[in-house]
Amino acid sequence: MSEILRLENVSRHFSGLQALRDVTLAVNGGEVLGLIGPNGAGKTTLVNTICGVTPANSGKVSFDGKDITRIKTYQAARLGLSRTFQIVQPFAEFTALDNVAAAALFSQPGQSLNTAREQAMAHLVYVGLELQANQSAATLTLAMRKRLELAKALAMKPKLLFLDEVNAGLNSAEVERATKLIHELAAGGITIVMIEHLMKVVLNVCTRIAVLHNGALIADGAPREVIENPAVVEAYLGQQYTKRNAGRG
Amino acid sequence: MRKSNIVLLILLAVVAALPLVGGPYALRLGTIACMYAILALSWNVVGGFAGYPSFATAAFFGFGAYTTGVLLGKGLPLWLGVVISAVAALLVTAALGAALLRLRGHYFAIASLSLVEVLRELVNNATDLTGGGMGLNIPLVSGFGVLAEAMFFFYAMWILLLLTALMVMAVAGSKLGFGLACIRQNETASSMVGLNTTLYKSIAFGLSACFVSAAGGVYAAWVHYIDPSDVFDILYSVKPIVMALMGGLGSPLGVACGAFLYLGLEEVVWRNYIQFHTGVLGLIIVLLLLFLPHGLISLRPANLWRRVKHV
Amino acid sequence: MHAAQILVNAVVLGCLYACIAIGFSLVWGVLNVINLIHGSFIVLGAYLAFGLYNALHISPWYSVAVAAPLFFVLGYLLQRLLLNRVITAPVLVTLTLTFGLDLILNNAMIYFFKADYRKLMLTPSLGSVSIFDVVVPVDRLIATVSALALTGVLYLLLRRSRVGRAIVAVRLDRDAAVLMGVDVKSIYAIAFGLGAALAGCAGVLMALIFPISPLTSSGYLGKAFVVCVLGGLGSVSGALAGGLLLALVEGIGSTFFGPAHATTLSFILLIIFLILRPQGLLGRKGFE
Repeated sequence: MSEILRLENVSRHFSGLQALRDVTLAVNGGEVLGLIGPNGAGKTTLVNTICGVTPANSGKVSFDGKDITRIKTYQAARLGLSRTFQIVQPFAEFTALDNVAAAALFSQPGQSLNTAREQAMAHLVYVGLELQANQSAATLTLAMRKRLELAKALAMKPKLLFLDEVNAGLNSAEVERATKLIHELAAGGITIVMIEHLMKVVLNVCTRIAVLHNGALIADGAPREVIENPAVVEAYLGQQYTKRNAGRG
Repeated sequence: MRKSNIVLLILLAVVAALPLVGGPYALRLGTIACMYAILALSWNVVGGFAGYPSFATAAFFGFGAYTTGVLLGKGLPLWLGVVISAVAALLVTAALGAALLRLRGHYFAIASLSLVEVLRELVNNATDLTGGGMGLNIPLVSGFGVLAEAMFFFYAMWILLLLTALMVMAVAGSKLGFGLACIRQNETASSMVGLNTTLYKSIAFGLSACFVSAAGGVYAAWVHYIDPSDVFDILYSVKPIVMALMGGLGSPLGVACGAFLYLGLEEVVWRNYIQFHTGVLGLIIVLLLLFLPHGLISLRPANLWRRVKHV
Repeated sequence: MHAAQILVNAVVLGCLYACIAIGFSLVWGVLNVINLIHGSFIVLGAYLAFGLYNALHISPWYSVAVAAPLFFVLGYLLQRLLLNRVITAPVLVTLTLTFGLDLILNNAMIYFFKADYRKLMLTPSLGSVSIFDVVVPVDRLIATVSALALTGVLYLLLRRSRVGRAIVAVRLDRDAAVLMGVDVKSIYAIAFGLGAALAGCAGVLMALIFPISPLTSSGYLGKAFVVCVLGGLGSVSGALAGGLLLALVEGIGSTFFGPAHATTLSFILLIIFLILRPQGLLGRKGFE
């Protein structure tokens, strides 16, 4: 497996608040990396820093061998870094189809609006929103909007896909459906970094887990090793979880 | 082509036939009607499509009027002066836009408003070039008679309007227009899908300036005399917004109709209530915003029917 | 002119600028509305002082007490009856609406008071004081002190009173304020009323110093813009800082480039601040 993304000693602060401390992390092509940690640990900031929304104050980020530390958001998108938002960000007045078409259109220079719409339809079918194609995004349910986010991210032909809590707020049937989609994507060869609170999902789909706590990386490795790591248990999972897990195992 | 665009072109063709039926007064009104429609349609590119509340229209208008006025004084032909004004406005505004359009909401509104103030003061103080507060006399373009001259300026303004309308339609149906609509709805999400928002906004700002500047140039040649408080009047910034709101934001046909309707109202008010014309204008604005916030286009028969059923 | 005189002039003028801007800043900060009637309110306040002095010989210091309640009611009603209806609409709508209202008020003033410039002449004139070489007219000094006092009253009102705390709460987090049981619409109306009252009082003080005409309203409004942006929106100390900076820049600018360029300079400064430091000199959110 070749390395696709590399962070070296990345730090980021917001007026006094240290959101990321000296994070060094590599993501290999084809893997599904779970990024976990308590609320406020810096998971979303990490994604924002990689995508150029809040560039690193120090350290270096490289993607596909290129230095992207100071990259602009739209350039990151065109390189094949795409993401879904924790809080969904649709173009509310557009139809679902045009939402996805916008992603296909602007992420690939030289694309025409008509081909973008054709591609968009295919992605809507893939996430199961074809019946809602001509409905405005504002009228979709939360679960549908989450899938719309995913369709948008896929329409950008990502090499690396960040999924930011795609399951938050979904019921268990919807979670199952989303999990299945993630499996399919991974099988299709897209490298995935997912921020997720549901440990069931993380253990189900991730090939590796990294744990952030107070902006620092405290563990990184195979799922089983990481969740048994005492530091991780202390910081995030809690005694309850380990006991229950031990009882079952 | 969309149906409303065809209707708009037909409307413009009808306006072009005006000299067949009207005298000098009708031509004067027609010229102003074309000018207002240019201002409103141009504003619509940045204000309606991209959703940025620009109050800079008066700055573009004054810029064009003075650029053309000064160039005509140097002996350049009118068409060249107007073209230079338009191109200069396009480039300067697009460059300025890259800085100013980082601001959003109120801050952008204030910055664009300040642009008018800054330009007016600069022109006021550059006495050697512009005549300062004394104003600038502009040499007569030709020796032909009153009616022929009125006809000439009417068609000059009309051609500019046609070009503006074609530009706005082209933008609306293009990738640019699609991108501007994305920016209006959610700018963060737009850059996340790979849209170069700074570039798109700058182009929109530049396009909203160039035809206004050209119209300012034609206006200067038409009235023969300009001064800073006339062509940098903040009302040139506000009127296009009122027209666009009147007709319905975003729709080129609606905006053009709004401009014509506005001129009609203004003319009636001006003739009947000369002492209160700004007050009546204010009243129209207030009533419009309170009772018809989505413009006349929301009064389509289908919508009316829905309202009736609702009751 | 030597440095000490420039500095003293700037401090005197700066306090007046702060007073002009404070009501505008309050409305912008709390209601998120750029109130374009502000300039005309100031002019109306100046006419009030002018009229009371010339007709009834009420001196401007007492006129402040008349102007405050009168303008508060005017502002309160405007917000309750008109602006509250569109308060959630985009910037464009609220801004254009206040522009329309300003056209009406300004037109009315031109009709009733005519456009020519008038001056409130105190008889006998108060003269001026001089310390070393620095000369300050007494009426200016009084206006400055009163302007500072007004600003102080607003500060205490927001800091100490129940209504003041509610206004600050709405400013900081509207939704949270609603959840805590604050009646936002009525707070909006009170804040707008306060903004109008401050404008009216500022107008009374301006009448002591500047000529009075409906044509001066856009000048006052422009100053309010610049002060708000320079100082940072929505705090009393920000308005003071912005006012002082503006007066200083204008003073130095007109000494070096001539008085004609002072306004240009202030607007260029405004645009630079907007782009580079939109949070202003004192980038704090909140009304104390």
